[in-house]
Amino acid sequence: METIEKIEQDIIDEFSVYDDWMDKYAYLIEIGTAMPAMEEQYKTENNLIKGCQSRVWFHAGMQGNLLYFTADSDAIITKGIAGLLVRVFSGQKPEDIAKADLKFIDEIGLTQHLSPTRSNGLLSMVKQIKMYAIAFSAKK
Amino acid sequence: MFDVNRIRQDFPILEEKIYGKPLVYLDNGATSQRPLPVIEKMTEYYLKYNSNVHRGVHYLSNVCTDANEEARRIVQRFIRAASEKEIIFTRGTTESINLIAYTYGEAFIEEGDEILVTEMEHHANIVPWQMLCERKGAILKVVPFTDKGELDKEAFGRLLTDRVKLVGVAYVSNVLGTVNPVREIIAQAHRCGAKVLIDGAQAIQHIPVDVQELDCDFFVFSAHKIYGPTGVGVLYGKEELLNQMPPWQGGGEMIREVRFEKTTYNELPFKFEAGTPDFIGIIGLGEALKYVESVGMEHFAGYEHQLLEYAMEQMKRIPGMRIFGEAACKSSVLSFAVGNIHHSDVGLLLDKMGIAVRTGQLCAEPVMQHYGVTGMVRASLAMYNTEQEIDIFCRGIEKVEKMFRL
Repeated sequence: METIEKIEQDIIDEFSVYDDWMDKYAYLIEIGTAMPAMEEQYKTENNLIKGCQSRVWFHAGMQGNLLYFTADSDAIITKGIAGLLVRVFSGQKPEDIAKADLKFIDEIGLTQHLSPTRSNGLLSMVKQIKMYAIAFSAKK
Repeated sequence: MFDVNRIRQDFPILEEKIYGKPLVYLDNGATSQRPLPVIEKMTEYYLKYNSNVHRGVHYLSNVCTDANEEARRIVQRFIRAASEKEIIFTRGTTESINLIAYTYGEAFIEEGDEILVTEMEHHANIVPWQMLCERKGAILKVVPFTDKGELDKEAFGRLLTDRVKLVGVAYVSNVLGTVNPVREIIAQAHRCGAKVLIDGAQAIQHIPVDVQELDCDFFVFSAHKIYGPTGVGVLYGKEELLNQMPPWQGGGEMIREVRFEKTTYNELPFKFEAGTPDFIGIIGLGEALKYVESVGMEHFAGYEHQLLEYAMEQMKRIPGMRIFGEAACKSSVLSFAVGNIHHSDVGLLLDKMGIAVRTGQLCAEPVMQHYGVTGMVRASLAMYNTEQEIDIFCRGIEKVEKMFRL
């Protein structure tokens, strides 16, 4: 498994070819569209990250000592962003996830999505992922 | 003659670039922009006159008090109220409705009484009534609307019984743009002995209002949707009715005499204005209404309607376009969906093109439920919008549609 830093760098490199934001969004749409839908049984109230703009679900589960994520959203761009997070974090050690600094978000220009008032809530997604990681590392 | 290019010069923000693209501001239903005279007037008062109203003996306090009361007379003139005592300043439409729910509700609503609202109300004209019903054991009834976005008149007639004490209805729906037949509704309600509250938040900036001619019992609106500042609203109520209502919030200004044995209350309108008001905001509202008067609603209303028709026509050409609300009488609100593209995706992409629209449930979840959607995209127009902006907006939606088709 590649490290969080390595995957982040890959994403930064992929986004660096787009200088226009519309192209970046088109890429996020592509990622969102390609993502498999989450199994309905995981689209629970507990897994839902609330925001009035779109609904986002994150599901987490341990396999061995690694934490795996799946995600879904009814909005495609949000799903694409969630997909990036899944790609970075899924299959990593909970303690690595908890301390990841996530520089890629800033570098690919997604920072504006981190604003807490932004209701498609990248910040809420990251928070949720980190909470899962902390919870699972405490359990170990 | 109405000259939109001339008007646009009064709104400096319209020259802003968003992500390097010219701003196309189509979120006027949420808040409109303020023209220079409003900004300048408020700045002038901050720079030269700021001082608490109705309190001081000194010069500055008198200047602000006079300007605050002058604004009240401007509001009175603007909505053709019989007396300035009928104009209560609040923080906004929401607070105005809550004030009525608490005070009129306290004095007149009893167990088993009914309050009638419509399915197309903003949450601000639903929740305060639900809270009142809970306090008093009253019942909230709802007039449905048709898929076209028009109130079901037959249902209204059926629901309007002598148990109904108050009817609350939006003059213009904030989602559907429907201009409701408030004149008829008021007359019908009065025949049954019910009072009528008109939520004018989305009407005041588009339709000339004469509260005496309408004969509504209450009329409420916010300053910031009619080119004024945020944080100020108006509650109009018939004097006789306001006099029968107990005060709401207690504090300074609303009292006549304070004794620990018994406090007596001030007269209208001050009885309902506890605490220091946002007097500079109020002065800004006065200036905004003067601005609207100087442009002349009779001049720009026609222009706005033309723009709405143009927008509807252009939008309907876009593949997958679904417009919510096609009432025969419709104002400057355009809510829509494109194919099955999520509203937040549409909003995010339009934003990147410099186009500001609103997305989501638009503070009207029952309307979303009516159409079985989780949200909508809403473009809402003001007098300073142009056909060119509508073109940019429509090209923008087409671009979004294409991005999702690939």
